[in-house]
Amino acid sequence: MNWSWLLPESVSTFGPDIDRIYYVVLWITGITFVLTEALLLYFLLRYRHKEGRKAHYTHGNNRLEIVWTVVPAIILLGLAFTSKGVWARVKSELPSGAVELVVEAKQFEWNITYPGADGTLGTDDDFTKRNELHIPVNQPVIVNLRAEDVIHSFFLPEFRVKQDALPGKNIPVWFEATETGEFTLACAELCGIGHYRMGGRVIVHSAADYEAWIQTEVAGGQQ
Amino acid sequence: MTGGTGVPDGHDHEEPSFIRKYIFSTDHKMIARQFLFQSLFFLVIGGLLAAMMRWQLGFPGQPMPGGGIFPDAMVAPTPEGAIMLPEFYNSLVTMHGTIMIFFAIMPLLVGLFGNLLIPLQIGAEDMAFPRLNMVSFWLAVPAGILMLAGFAVEGGAAGAGWTSYAPLSTSGEWTGVYLGQQLWLASLTILGFSSLAGAVNYITTIINMRAPGMTWFRIPLPTWSLFITAILILLAIPILAGALIMLLFDQTIGTGFFRPDVGGEPILWQHLFWFFGHPEVYILILPGMGIVSEVISNRSRKPIFGYHAMVLAMISIAFLGWIVWGHHMFQSGMNPLLGTSFMISTMAIAVPSAIKTFNWLGTLWRGNIHYDTPLLHAVAFVSMFIIGGLSGIFMANTPVDMYLHDTYFIVAHIHYVLFGGSLFAIFAGITFWFPKMFGRMMNETLGKVHFALTFVFYNMVFFPMHNLGLGGMMRRLYDPTEYEFLQTLQPMNKFVSISAFLLVGTQVLFAFNFFWSLFRGRKATANPWNSNTLEWTVPSPPPHGNFAEMPVVYRGPYEYSSPETDDDYYPQNVPPREHPPVAPAPAPFTPSPEPGGAE
Amino acid sequence: MMTTQAATIDRVREEGSGVYTLKLGMWIFLLSEVMFFTGLIGSYIILRFAHPTDFADPGQVLNVQLTAFNTFVLICSSVTMVKAFAAIEQGDQVGLKRWLLATIILGAFFVGVQVVEYIALTSEGFVPMAEAYAALGREHGTTVIGGPLYGATFYMMTGFHGTHVTIGVLCLMFTYWRARQGKYTATSHGGVEIMGLYWHFVDLVWILLFTIVYLI
Repeated sequence: MNWSWLLPESVSTFGPDIDRIYYVVLWITGITFVLTEALLLYFLLRYRHKEGRKAHYTHGNNRLEIVWTVVPAIILLGLAFTSKGVWARVKSELPSGAVELVVEAKQFEWNITYPGADGTLGTDDDFTKRNELHIPVNQPVIVNLRAEDVIHSFFLPEFRVKQDALPGKNIPVWFEATETGEFTLACAELCGIGHYRMGGRVIVHSAADYEAWIQTEVAGGQQ
Repeated sequence: MTGGTGVPDGHDHEEPSFIRKYIFSTDHKMIARQFLFQSLFFLVIGGLLAAMMRWQLGFPGQPMPGGGIFPDAMVAPTPEGAIMLPEFYNSLVTMHGTIMIFFAIMPLLVGLFGNLLIPLQIGAEDMAFPRLNMVSFWLAVPAGILMLAGFAVEGGAAGAGWTSYAPLSTSGEWTGVYLGQQLWLASLTILGFSSLAGAVNYITTIINMRAPGMTWFRIPLPTWSLFITAILILLAIPILAGALIMLLFDQTIGTGFFRPDVGGEPILWQHLFWFFGHPEVYILILPGMGIVSEVISNRSRKPIFGYHAMVLAMISIAFLGWIVWGHHMFQSGMNPLLGTSFMISTMAIAVPSAIKTFNWLGTLWRGNIHYDTPLLHAVAFVSMFIIGGLSGIFMANTPVDMYLHDTYFIVAHIHYVLFGGSLFAIFAGITFWFPKMFGRMMNETLGKVHFALTFVFYNMVFFPMHNLGLGGMMRRLYDPTEYEFLQTLQPMNKFVSISAFLLVGTQVLFAFNFFWSLFRGRKATANPWNSNTLEWTVPSPPPHGNFAEMPVVYRGPYEYSSPETDDDYYPQNVPPREHPPVAPAPAPFTPSPEPGGAE
Repeated sequence: MMTTQAATIDRVREEGSGVYTLKLGMWIFLLSEVMFFTGLIGSYIILRFAHPTDFADPGQVLNVQLTAFNTFVLICSSVTMVKAFAAIEQGDQVGLKRWLLATIILGAFFVGVQVVEYIALTSEGFVPMAEAYAALGREHGTTVIGGPLYGATFYMMTGFHGTHVTIGVLCLMFTYWRARQGKYTATSHGGVEIMGLYWHFVDLVWILLFTIVYLI
């Protein structure tokens, strides 16, 4: 059993940024957890009932109240303000020079449309693969995320990417792989009976391999 | 109607008929007990549903023990036994969440403790509108029946999750559930009316029916928390009701509010649902906080630390609770800027919870702590609420939420707050006020064994869920082994499942203790915990009309170990020794209708 | 009804809202109603902003003149309700009954006009069902005006309001029945007062809805 609180390795450019914030939060909450629970246990043992003892009569301490209002507030708001940059970068700053794809989710599969040899979507040499997301390494990818029927959620755990796919909307999602290999594509939003088997593969190719793969697919599609 | 308008003068001297006393009762204490029994029943149902889910998750594809009793629509019969079907699993997910939230935790906290404590703690003879109170319970009953009926109809019970996101929930085309989803919607709508009736009653009662001397800052914290809760219910439930009815129309007559295929907005459902849903989260925890404050102060024989801070924290939660709903929707495709502002407001709402936690610690500090079952549960609440509160920070953080959203991390989080928090508070409350409800004490030994086992098994079930979530396991998965990257987590899933069976099994101890004590428990005195608040100044259980004469309140509720007395408690209604009472003499007690008179 | 006794108790009780319990309860209930209509109106605004072409210009589909008249009727019913309350404050039992009856008639008339309007609109293809929506507008041209959300939101908002008016009329009938039995006096008439509060609230909501649904 894996009791570890470490995140699995990430393979996208912004993965380490997200993971770093996670570890900062883990440290802050971890220390708070240990301190408060230790204090709780200590008080429970130290001040357990003894015959003839009377509890200390106090209604509180305003200075303390201010301290434990202000300190958590500063830490929490500081956390929010320091992490909003990563969020904005991941969710709203689309990179240029990206490979553009269309991912359309439907019960219970992912249909990924590739631009074909000419590199532009909406042309005749576009082709579609089911549950297989092929991308090049070290080049940004923009996924135009759509859904046909209900809400699905496009989840690439190793890439730290998650975005709901909404029917009737096109939501651009970007990421950039830093390693070649095979990774997971999962649905993270309950979408019906087959939700649990709505998985796919992400195959990250080297730039050359990706080109070659596109060519064979285009050729295969037009045979 | 004519005869029933207004209580006949004075008390009901003659014994009311069986039906009026036990079934259509207007006595707040009886209604509290009715809610208690109904909710405990649903707690059992919800627990069994969870156990079935855990069977499937721990042992996917293996025949479920006893699964043979289910019809073929739910399980696939094989020679080895019956295997759960995915559609049944989705119904389990949905119904476990819905039943636990709306039919177990909420009515236990609000229906049981609200009814039991509010009039007694403020020194009132009953609720402001006793018959409305009765209506509140008798709406909850058909709502419960409708909810359970889902399992019996064709297509099975609702299967779109307790959040019932549109468009999945708008048509049986997507889930295979037609009537079940409609029953779910109708049931929750009716339950909404029940909650509203309760909320109007609680707020009015607390504002207008306090005994002399019971100023706002002398109100015991459970009642304060229920007051804030009632306000949240009052304002949040109508939003849900509107959304539920719109969804019901989408389902039945074919309107298109949430259906994108005809131009509707599925995201609107999420906004409405969570605009209700986040206040609802606080509805589910605030009364628990109130109960725990009472129990910790009493069992530590020490005034609550920072009473005013406790109240102000709850009030600020009641305000901030309305501007954080978007944190449930970070990955829904909302404007990222909006996401940032919701992250900031969410971080802000964590502060009042931190304040409360530190004040509980402050209350234990230099106390004289009695390790009774209620205290153990209350302290478990604090320590589990710390975990639940801290784990919330991960998901409040928008970038981290990218990874953790809709994984088992959120499942762990909500159970640390709702089970580790609310349910331990409920156990604390039931064991603490059992003598007041039923006139007998619960068994301490059994209570402690139940507590210890529950605490251990509970953590064995839910703590590893954090790790499952960090491993990337999505929630609401019928069979996690379908994903290759989740297969390494399967041993942990098995561990969680076995712990869950033990956790559910342990609750038999509580049930046994409850019913045994009901008939055989030691007879309780009026004030077994040497408490200060008014409910302990009347016999256990209190008579109809509660107080023989209207009590007069001289001080706050938590004057424990005061130097002014030799005892370590100083009830709110005991006149000060040195200073003779200056408050008006209590008037002879005669409950009677308000000047308005009419119903 | 035991007013004096109740008054003693209220004097002894801790100072509450200063309003008697029944009235306070009604105010609190109305707060909840405010949230209910806020949810409906909010949804309408969101849907309309997201899908402007689904909605028609004022007067294209809906009959503004008829509803303006109906709005006037509802406002009048608020006036008669005030009159009823004023009457019983003076102990005028006859006046109370007369004005309550007037309010009932005006309220029922409002609901009646709404039903007639619904029948006319549905026969013109303006229905809440998305798939059946085919409103050709008051010109009865050949192109469908607006879209399914228009029908759905219109019937949802006016329908919920109409339900509130209908419940109000039923409660008014109950109040009238009690008035006929002489249950209300110059000193005890909380039932009439809270009835009035509810009625004015429903009236107020209608003015908002009329503006949003018909005029904008």
